[in-house]
Amino acid sequence: MFRRTSDAIRPAGISIHFEGRPIVAQAGDSLAAALLIEDVGAFRSTPVSGAPRAPYCMMGVCFECLVEVDGVPNQQACMVQVRDGMQVRRQRGPAGMDGNG
Amino acid sequence: MDSTDLAIIGAGPAGLAAAATVAGTGASVVLLDEQPLPGGQIYRGVEMVQMLRPKTFGFFGPEFAAGADLAKALRGSAVDYRPGSVVWDVSPDLVLHYSRDGRSRGLAARHVLIASGALERPVPIPGWTLPGVMTVGALQILLKADALVPRVPAVLAGAGPLLLLLAVQYLRAGAPPTAIVETVPKDAYRRSARHLPQALRGWRSLLKGRGWMRELARAGVPWYRGCTGLRVEGGDRAEALAFDHDGGRRRIAADVIALHQGVVPNTQLTRLVGCAHDWDSGQRCFRPRLDAWQASTVEGIWVAGDGGGIAGAKAAEWQGRLAGLAIAGRLGRLDERDRDRQAAPLRTALARELAVRPLLDALYHPSPEVLCPADDVIVCRCEEVTAGRVREAVRLGCPGPNQAKSFLRCGMGPCQGRLCGLTVTEIIARERGLDPAEIGSYRIRPPLKPLPLAELAALDDEAEAPV
Repeated sequence: MFRRTSDAIRPAGISIHFEGRPIVAQAGDSLAAALLIEDVGAFRSTPVSGAPRAPYCMMGVCFECLVEVDGVPNQQACMVQVRDGMQVRRQRGPAGMDGNG
Repeated sequence: MDSTDLAIIGAGPAGLAAAATVAGTGASVVLLDEQPLPGGQIYRGVEMVQMLRPKTFGFFGPEFAAGADLAKALRGSAVDYRPGSVVWDVSPDLVLHYSRDGRSRGLAARHVLIASGALERPVPIPGWTLPGVMTVGALQILLKADALVPRVPAVLAGAGPLLLLLAVQYLRAGAPPTAIVETVPKDAYRRSARHLPQALRGWRSLLKGRGWMRELARAGVPWYRGCTGLRVEGGDRAEALAFDHDGGRRRIAADVIALHQGVVPNTQLTRLVGCAHDWDSGQRCFRPRLDAWQASTVEGIWVAGDGGGIAGAKAAEWQGRLAGLAIAGRLGRLDERDRDRQAAPLRTALARELAVRPLLDALYHPSPEVLCPADDVIVCRCEEVTAGRVREAVRLGCPGPNQAKSFLRCGMGPCQGRLCGLTVTEIIARERGLDPAEIGSYRIRPPLKPLPLAELAALDDEAEAPV
């Protein structure tokens, strides 16, 4: 789906896990970018119909990129920086999160 | 509780300019921003790009380099910059609450400048919720912050200068789009021509746009004009964009499809705090009512940049400086004469930036099928509410967005109506035959972003302590 530009820096790779599968990311990457470059498809499924969703806005507005990070649900992948050893899982359906509207 | 003369929300051009202006007079300034680095979305990651990716920095051009100067001024200043801060409440008595590193804190300010910028206008078309469909802004962020471009050439669809800019940037980054699918009606160029004489005052922007079009034409990027009936096709992810063009149906395969219908002010904070807003029929959005010094209708709350009405990065910078001068004056750090003297050239520069807006607004007016989508199109992505269900609710007597919210749950998901608010207002206005100004928008309540309960509970403990 995505690749790095030709002048992208290549700092020491850091290792994260998505659904148990190891992924090499770059320090400074947003988690969303690291997953998009690995072409993981859906980041979450919706609570209402189970439809697949993935990042839409990349700026913390749409909440489509919600994943579970180290066991904590409702993390916006576009607002989180990758950390070595991070365990990331898709968020499936509701995760005890309600809007506050 | 922590306190400051001025709290600024947002470290884009408006916030950075205001921070430098006010801190320069010796007043205390706290700058809160969600991102880890200054620049906002327009200058996203500008320090990193300048330092580590000179080639990219070069093709982003002098406009982007201006962001590097603003960021540099911040680093050398006395501004108390707090990146990674998510402001989730601002009260009319100027107390802010924000979350940083998993902890919420309060901040009492004498003045608050809201510089929270713009959002992409929602683009509700069939299939827009499929993975692979993103906003033009999102793709630009991936390019700036993470150095990502589509592996397979993307389709860029919609209308607006940002769409063309991304196309040019992808071209320069060696990832030309497979096609531009423009929804600008063919007669829009003729209809908007009456704004041209005024727009010529901002001739630099016009020349820039012309340069982009030439660059794209030279590179041979296919450009479909006057397209309608856009639909994203796919199963579990986007596979193609289908559309009507010149009397025929076309389909272009791509796994990255960028949508754009311009940007709109992010008014979550100004609505939360109770500022008066007006409907802008040219830009089809609500904007906070501001005076000539960027003051809102709530005492002590100021607004600068695209959050007060879309005018672009340079205008945001000038508005930030104007607000900064006014706030410094109110803090007793600048006398009226100095304030007015320093403001004069800013007002001239601002007028030049604003001169091209009526032309751009008329030319890139959002397409009707996006403002009022067909019945089967999802408008609230969080709760999966379609346009048809909103219309049905209106027929059952639902008068406005807040009632629609209780009927249908639209706007009640985690995005809190940021992606459906304007669409729901437009649909209800159309159904009832009223102006969107009379329909209004969702009421906004804190917290502005979902917070873990434990964080809120910890804050209550702090509030009980003497402040």
